Amino acid sequence: MSAMILSSAILAAQILLVAAMGCAALRVLRGPRAQDRVLALDTLYVNGAMLLLVFGIRTGTTHYFEAALLISLLGFVATAALSKFLMRGEVIE
Amino acid sequence: MTHAADVPLWAAVPVAFLLLIGAGLALAGSIGLVTLRSFYDRMHAPTLGTTLGIGSILVASMLYFSILQTRFVLHEILIAAFMVVTTPVTLMLLARAALYRDEREGNPDAPPRRPTPVQD
Repeated sequence: MSAMILSSAILAAQILLVAAMGCAALRVLRGPRAQDRVLALDTLYVNGAMLLLVFGIRTGTTHYFEAALLISLLGFVATAALSKFLMRGEVIE
Repeated sequence: MTHAADVPLWAAVPVAFLLLIGAGLALAGSIGLVTLRSFYDRMHAPTLGTTLGIGSILVASMLYFSILQTRFVLHEILIAAFMVVTTPVTLMLLARAALYRDEREGNPDAPPRRPTPVQD
């Protein structure tokens, strides 16, 4: 019973998260300006980290946790660097 | 999914509920990212997923692994603390950059800047 509840909830969560990543990817492709693309890329990173956490729950191992932590770290660094670039025209002055 | 049968029902229901809440909030934020009109409106939408969405998925993961391994598995707090610290910083940087670019180009969609205080 609990296995059925968990597996169906995990499947539904994965489908919802993939749809969310699709929406963010659509905004990356379509976004009229550079800041829209950067915002959508940040959202895509966070959704990817959530999808990896759900994968970790599905497989029952904690290995996916490190990948999610790395993705959230890299997302922060990438968005900060891109914002700096949009502001100044270069990243390291 | 063999290990999922080891989880009792009283733990499986909140884990499933939190997973669905988190994924639904992420989807709502991303749909808002697609459908809202201006950049300054769209900026608010994904924060739904980056705060409460990832928070509830992290709580679900902590609960699930704590039950499965019969000990406290709390390392997901790292991601939660990191997201809470970094999301406002990145969005503030991005909003500043977008405002600067819009002002440079004289874009009429940009919100008016706060009037500067009078120097005495």
